[in-house]
Amino acid sequence: MSGMYGFRTLLYKEILRFWKVLLQTVMAPVLTALLYLLIFANVLGSHVQVYPGVSYTAFLMPGLVMMSILQNAFANGSSSLIQSKMNGNIVFVLLPPISNFEFFAAYLIASIVRGLVVGLGVLLVGLLFTELNLAHPLWVLAFGVLASAAFAAVGIVAGIWADKYDHLAGVQNFFIMPLTFLSGVFYSIHALPAFWQTVSHYNPVFFMIDGFRYGFHGVSDVDPWLSLAVVLPAALILSWIALQLIRSGYKLRS
Amino acid sequence: MPPAIRLRALDKRYPAVHALRAVDLEVAQGDFFALLGPNGAGKTTLISLLAGLAKPTGGTAEVMGFDVVQHYREARSRLGVVPQELVYDAFFTVREMLRFQSGYFGLAHNDAWIDELLDNLSLADKANTYTRTLSGGMKRRLLVAQALVHKPPVIVLDEPTAGVDVGLRQSLWAFIRRLNGEGHTIMLTTHYLEEAEALCERVAMLKDGRVVALDRTANLLRTGAERRLELRLTPAVLPESLSGRFIERRGERFALALPDYTELENVLAELRRADIRIEEMELRQADLEDVFMKLTGQGT
Ligand SMILES: Nc1ncnc2c1ncn2[C@@H]1O[C@H](COP(=O)(O)OP(=O)(O)O)[C@@H](O)[C@H]1O
Ligand SMILES: [Mg+2]
Repeated sequence: MSGMYGFRTLLYKEILRFWKVLLQTVMAPVLTALLYLLIFANVLGSHVQVYPGVSYTAFLMPGLVMMSILQNAFANGSSSLIQSKMNGNIVFVLLPPISNFEFFAAYLIASIVRGLVVGLGVLLVGLLFTELNLAHPLWVLAFGVLASAAFAAVGIVAGIWADKYDHLAGVQNFFIMPLTFLSGVFYSIHALPAFWQTVSHYNPVFFMIDGFRYGFHGVSDVDPWLSLAVVLPAALILSWIALQLIRSGYKLRS
Repeated sequence: MPPAIRLRALDKRYPAVHALRAVDLEVAQGDFFALLGPNGAGKTTLISLLAGLAKPTGGTAEVMGFDVVQHYREARSRLGVVPQELVYDAFFTVREMLRFQSGYFGLAHNDAWIDELLDNLSLADKANTYTRTLSGGMKRRLLVAQALVHKPPVIVLDEPTAGVDVGLRQSLWAFIRRLNGEGHTIMLTTHYLEEAEALCERVAMLKDGRVVALDRTANLLRTGAERRLELRLTPAVLPESLSGRFIERRGERFALALPDYTELENVLAELRRADIRIEEMELRQADLEDVFMKLTGQGT
C-alpha cells in the first residue's frame, strides 16, 4: 500500500473536478481574455507601441495570458475548498490517511494545472489574432509555473479561511483584481507617473508579468533575473503559508 | 491484542461548550457497541476526535493501538467512519466516489470489493449515477459504502439509519452484522433504541459530555431500571400509599416500580381500598428506552 497513491488520487480528483465543467472553468475565462484582447487591441492597437517592433496586440498577449493564469490558479483551489467545506464533503479527504503535505501538494498542483490550461487556451486563441515571438521559452515556463503556484497557494489560504462565497468574492475583488490590473497587463509601467511606477515595484504581479513578457519578446521593463528573484521567493513563501495553515488544522480540523 | 478503540480522559472544549469531559472508554476488538445519548450529548464530537476531524483539548484516543494524533496514518487506515451529516460530492458518480475513496486509502484496484459493497447496499444499479440525484436513503448507503472501501477493522457509524426506510434498514443491519461476524468491530450511534437493544452487546450512554453508563446491554436492562407496572386509572389519581413506587406519569397512565411480582397483589389492594378503578394494566420489562430515560432524564 503506497502512501503516494492517496496523493495521486486526490490530485487526479481535483483535476477531474474542473475538467468535468470545462465550460465554466476553462472556456469562460478564455472567452473573457479574448474579449479584452479584441477590445483593447482594436481601440489602442494602432496608436500605441510600447516596445519597438512589437505590436500592441502582441505586447498585450503575455499580460492577458498571465492574468488568466493567476485568476484561475486562485479560483481553482479556493472554490474547490469552500465548496467542500460548505457541503461538508471535505470529510472524504480528511478521514483518509493523507498527510498534510500530500493534501497541500494535491490542491496546489491541481490549481497550477488549471491556471496553465487556461493560460494555454488564451495563448492559442490569441494566436489567431496576432503573431507572437517566443524568445526565451524557459523563462515563459518558469514564470508561468511560479506565478501559477503563488496564486494557487493564495487560493488555498483563501479557500480555507473563507466561510462563504462572499468572502472569496471579497478577496477576488479587493485583492486579486487590483493586483493584476495595476501590474502592467495593459501598459508598460514606464508610461506611468513616477509615483505609480514606484507603487508597481511593490506589486509582485508586476514582476510575474514583466518576466513572462520577457520570455516572449526578449524585452522587458526590468531584468528578468530581478523578476525571478521576486517571484520565486513569493511562490515559496505563499506555498509555505498555505502548508502551515493546513498543518495547523485551521477551519479544517476544528 | 490492543482494544479496537481506547479513549483516555478524552476531552473537548469548544469556545462555547465543553462537549466532552474526560471520557474513558474501551471497545474490544470484535465488539458490537452502541453509543447512546440525547442530542448534544457529545456522540458526534467523540467520533470526530477518534477520526481526526477535530483535535482533542485533552487526553488521548487510539484505534487498534495507534494514537490518532501521533500515528494518524496507521489509525485512520484502520478506521471507517459513516458521518452523521448526509454529505456527497455532486461532481461525481457513485463509482467515481468509491474509486476515489479507495485511492485515498492507497488501494488502486478495488472494483471487485466496490461491486460487492454496491450489491450489499442495494446500490448496484446506481453505480454510474451522479450522487446529487440519489435519494436521501441512497446517499446514506453510499456513505456506508465509502466508509468500507478499505475494509477497516473498526467501523464507526454515526446515526446510519436516519432517513433510511424500514426494509433497507433491515438489509443494512444484516450487512453490518455480517461484517461484525467477520471480525470487524462496530461502534454506532442511533436514535432507534430498539436497534441498539437488538444489535449491540455493549452500550455506553453519554450525557453532557460524560459517560453515565457503560455496560453489557443485558446488564443495563437488568439493573438499570425496575420492572414496571403501567396503569390507567379512574379517577386519574394515585393513592398516597403508592407514591413510593411512582416513576412517571404520561397522560392518564401511571408507571409504578414493581421489582417483584409478589408485590402486585399489594398494589391492587391499595387501589381497591381507595376506590380507584383500573381501566388498563400492563406489566412490562424495562427496555433500553427506560434505562436511557432514567439515566439521562430525557427521551431520544
Ligand atoms: N464544531 C463545533 N463548534 C462548536 N460547538 C460544537 C461543535 N460541534 C459540536 N458542538 C457542540 O458540542 C456539543 C455536543 O455536540 P455533538 O457531539 O454533535 O452531540 P451529539 O452528536 O451527541 O448530538 C453540542 O453542544 C454542540 O453544540
Ligand atoms: Mg450527533
